[in-house]
Amino acid sequence: MTNHWIDIQHSDCILIQGSNAAENHPISFKWVMRAKERGAKLIHVDPRFTRTSSKADFYAPLRSGTDIAFLGGMIKYIIDNNKIFHDYVVNYTNAPFLVDGKFGFKDGLFSGYDADKRGYDKSTWTYQKDAGGIILRDETLKNPRCVYQLLKAHYARYDLKKVSSITGTPEKDLKTVYEMFSSTGTKDRAGTVMYALGQTHHTVGVQNIRALAIVQLLLGNIGVCGGGVNALRGEPNVQGSTDHALLYHYLPGYLSAPRASQQTLESYIKKITPATTEAKSVNWQSNYGKYAVSLLKSWYGDAATKDNEFGYAWVPKAEDGKDYSVMTLFDVMYAGKIRGMTVFGQNPACSIPNSNKVRAAFAKLDWMVHLNIFDNETASFWKGPGMDPAKVKTEVFLLPASASVEKAGSQTNSGRWIQWRYEATKAPGDCIYAGEAIIRIQNKLKELYQKEGGTFPDPILNMTSDGLAEKGGYDAEKVAKLINGYFLADVEIGGKQYKKGDCVPSFALLQADGSTSSGNWICAGSFAQDGKNLMQRRGKADPTGLGLYPEWSFAWPVNRRVLYNRASCDPSGKPYNPKRAVLEWKDGKWVGDVPDGAPPPLAAEGGKLPFIMKPDGVSSLFGPGLGDGPFPEHYEPLESPLAKNLMSTQQNNPAILLYNSDKDMVASADARFPIVMTTYSSTEHWCTGAFTRWQTWLTEAMPQAYVEMSEELAKEKGIKNGDKVRVESARGKLECVAMVTPRFRPFLVNGKTLHQVGMPYNYGWRFPEGNGDSANLLTPTVGDANAMTPEYKAFMVNVVKV
Amino acid sequence: MADGKSILVDVSRCTGCRGCQVACKQWNGLPGTKTKQTGTYQNPPDFSHQTFKVVRFEDGRTKDGKTYWHFFSDMCRHCMNPPCLAGAQGDEMIHDDATGAVVYTEGTSKSDFEMSLSVCPYNIPRQDPDTKVMRKCTMCFDRITSGLTPACVLSCPTGAMVFGERDAMLAEAKRRVDILKKTWPKAQALNADDVRVIFIVTDDPLKYHKYAAGV
Repeated sequence: MTNHWIDIQHSDCILIQGSNAAENHPISFKWVMRAKERGAKLIHVDPRFTRTSSKADFYAPLRSGTDIAFLGGMIKYIIDNNKIFHDYVVNYTNAPFLVDGKFGFKDGLFSGYDADKRGYDKSTWTYQKDAGGIILRDETLKNPRCVYQLLKAHYARYDLKKVSSITGTPEKDLKTVYEMFSSTGTKDRAGTVMYALGQTHHTVGVQNIRALAIVQLLLGNIGVCGGGVNALRGEPNVQGSTDHALLYHYLPGYLSAPRASQQTLESYIKKITPATTEAKSVNWQSNYGKYAVSLLKSWYGDAATKDNEFGYAWVPKAEDGKDYSVMTLFDVMYAGKIRGMTVFGQNPACSIPNSNKVRAAFAKLDWMVHLNIFDNETASFWKGPGMDPAKVKTEVFLLPASASVEKAGSQTNSGRWIQWRYEATKAPGDCIYAGEAIIRIQNKLKELYQKEGGTFPDPILNMTSDGLAEKGGYDAEKVAKLINGYFLADVEIGGKQYKKGDCVPSFALLQADGSTSSGNWICAGSFAQDGKNLMQRRGKADPTGLGLYPEWSFAWPVNRRVLYNRASCDPSGKPYNPKRAVLEWKDGKWVGDVPDGAPPPLAAEGGKLPFIMKPDGVSSLFGPGLGDGPFPEHYEPLESPLAKNLMSTQQNNPAILLYNSDKDMVASADARFPIVMTTYSSTEHWCTGAFTRWQTWLTEAMPQAYVEMSEELAKEKGIKNGDKVRVESARGKLECVAMVTPRFRPFLVNGKTLHQVGMPYNYGWRFPEGNGDSANLLTPTVGDANAMTPEYKAFMVNVVKV
Repeated sequence: MADGKSILVDVSRCTGCRGCQVACKQWNGLPGTKTKQTGTYQNPPDFSHQTFKVVRFEDGRTKDGKTYWHFFSDMCRHCMNPPCLAGAQGDEMIHDDATGAVVYTEGTSKSDFEMSLSVCPYNIPRQDPDTKVMRKCTMCFDRITSGLTPACVLSCPTGAMVFGERDAMLAEAKRRVDILKKTWPKAQALNADDVRVIFIVTDDPLKYHKYAAGV
């Protein structure tokens, strides 16, 4: 989230698109309902009428996988009707920047496309510069090569009629949503966007979010109280796990993971620290070298020295351009190229797309080590449907883990609050913390390498064991301190003394010379210099009256509660909306939230631009950083009901990775699979249900796999409510119960009636017996072009009565 | 007796999350019963001697084609003058002076269950088939007499359920209905003078549940 949960109450118009917040983030509705009671309007845009829709002032249906068309239409509406927040767009976005003359877009492709590589040469996705390297601008926004005019031209194609024929949303509904939400492009009104997996689970997932960001920037809704682009993160510490580099392409704190072409620390740091010619840009990423070195110091301790590049050579390097995401992992495993696997607290047999492929891949392994609180479909895959235990060679070790409530540690919520929690009860029997299991494995590996040697033992042997354990056991607070970071020598910075062993109270103090450590720079400051754990704070002071609660836990970065908050003020530092002033420049200093960058506001002496994490200091309407285009463009999902994309001859996102195993059948615009399907989670279960299916109060409430469908489709198929049906895709099939409901309706897409069905992925064959299996038996192995998030939300099926 | 306690259930704020349904089972030590998916989110399908709280789900389309989905977190209304007491043979049913809660004891195995059920406008009482004891919501009598909030109310994330002194709840009900009427002309508090568990609905009560407003 750019903002935080409590802030939702301040919004004047809440757009929930690609999220079923009421069901999947029930507590969010505490704040949504408060906003509504203040007079705010709630809009829900979704393929399904859900518990969220039931509370909306306006519900608009859209076909799964067409959000960019929907939002492209909104961008056009905002521009055509001059609903933009003009000062904000001119001063705080790259709208005035002049783009390179060779940049172009034609028939679904941006300039520089290479069909063989399925990717772009982005050398034309740049700006025109003067002799001094300064970006050329036109603040009147009239120059045909300025970002604003290119944006306008790009979305001119997204007229109401075209958008409606793609999305299936009636034209009058489109217009209503556009009017309602664009009413927030004024100083005194704020609009917020709440989104979740309904936006990300697509081959255009990242561009969906980009489209939302463009809408919010045009309306001046980023950085303001009651605004923002707010990702609703899940209960399994989703925010914390991404912060700590759950994904392969990041190191902790969103530092890019090193690639093979970056063999030296210097070349790596050069890659991650962008330069700028913009004098008024803070360009905070220029500090990333300090964070990278401090990270290496936290990993390798005294073994990391200036002479050995702080151990950079010991960090694994990914091949350039090669994907290592979870779907590729299973593709390679299915090809028999992986011998062993550790699975900690996951259930990929049900959670990863194309479960038949995943389960077959497990059988190619020699061994699997599985750490969990319960047995699940992954640990027991060898006795699952279609498996002959006598023929499966994989040896599975199931280790007992403690549950989340049986552990102390931090949990990071969507608003980036890193909150400490305590062990509520001891875990039963031999169950241990996952952290303890990792320490024991690390120690054993070190012992074996010391005893037996081996190829390149350095990364393991040099990994520090200091600061992980206390009295022989994993110590969550010590690990948290290691993540926060220490001073490794007595130093003086800015006239202030710091002693060796003190906690680093802010990432602004981290150094590139090896005198500091930090396991994750964004967490620096979660401990005070004296070692006080600020994540444990529960102070209720509310100095702004806006519910920022700065003494409650610790929010990364540096306890800032609203990101980009300097953009809530005009260039002189006066809040655009004084009634909800998250920040104000007063008597030569910032008052309110922790400012996003200490320098004065833009117009003051020494003033700086507000988007300090962007090299040019402004936010990106034109976003050349992504792999699939600087403007979001509508492409059909990999499996689509349409044989032809109505926007261009590019049917799918041209930069997605395609898989070709014999389990990767795709059936697009195929008469055998005429129904669009989407998958989701119910309130009552958690992820694949591996946690909750054992809980009788929850299985009582949601006992069995079901597929939701319209009365119209049911009639066509001769299906009655409660009937047993079979759902089939090109990759798999499963039986479940039909839920026939007026909440689903057919769509009119490109002049034809189209049906969509939906199914939760909360079930598995293991328990309760006979209650269904995973909806991921049906989903395709394909992901987003930038993030490889699987396309769980839009693919094609058929439904038949059993 | 003072005016005692009341629970206000404002369905306009309810998202049907069923936290209350599960919290009720948890506090009262009631088992999850074996259910089947029959084509609805509503499960278990109805009250039983092991289920005192059921969130009822009703979906449909209005005359102008708009979809609706109503949630009704059904429970004993703890009537001001409880008709179910007619089934009592002695003092096995308690109508508490201080709180106004209606509580069945183990002694209800001797009560006239059919009588109690037939006179209940809200179809609440249920009987354990083995012990013949009658069971239903106690307003979390053990909690509220120890200064705690009923388990269902405590679990509610949106403030759809509120617990407090009856006069305060009646005032809040009036305040909410006045606000809601501007958007939903049919908004009303159901039988507020007769019951302690007061439901505010925004549509025809029969669209939520057959017995929402009593028979």
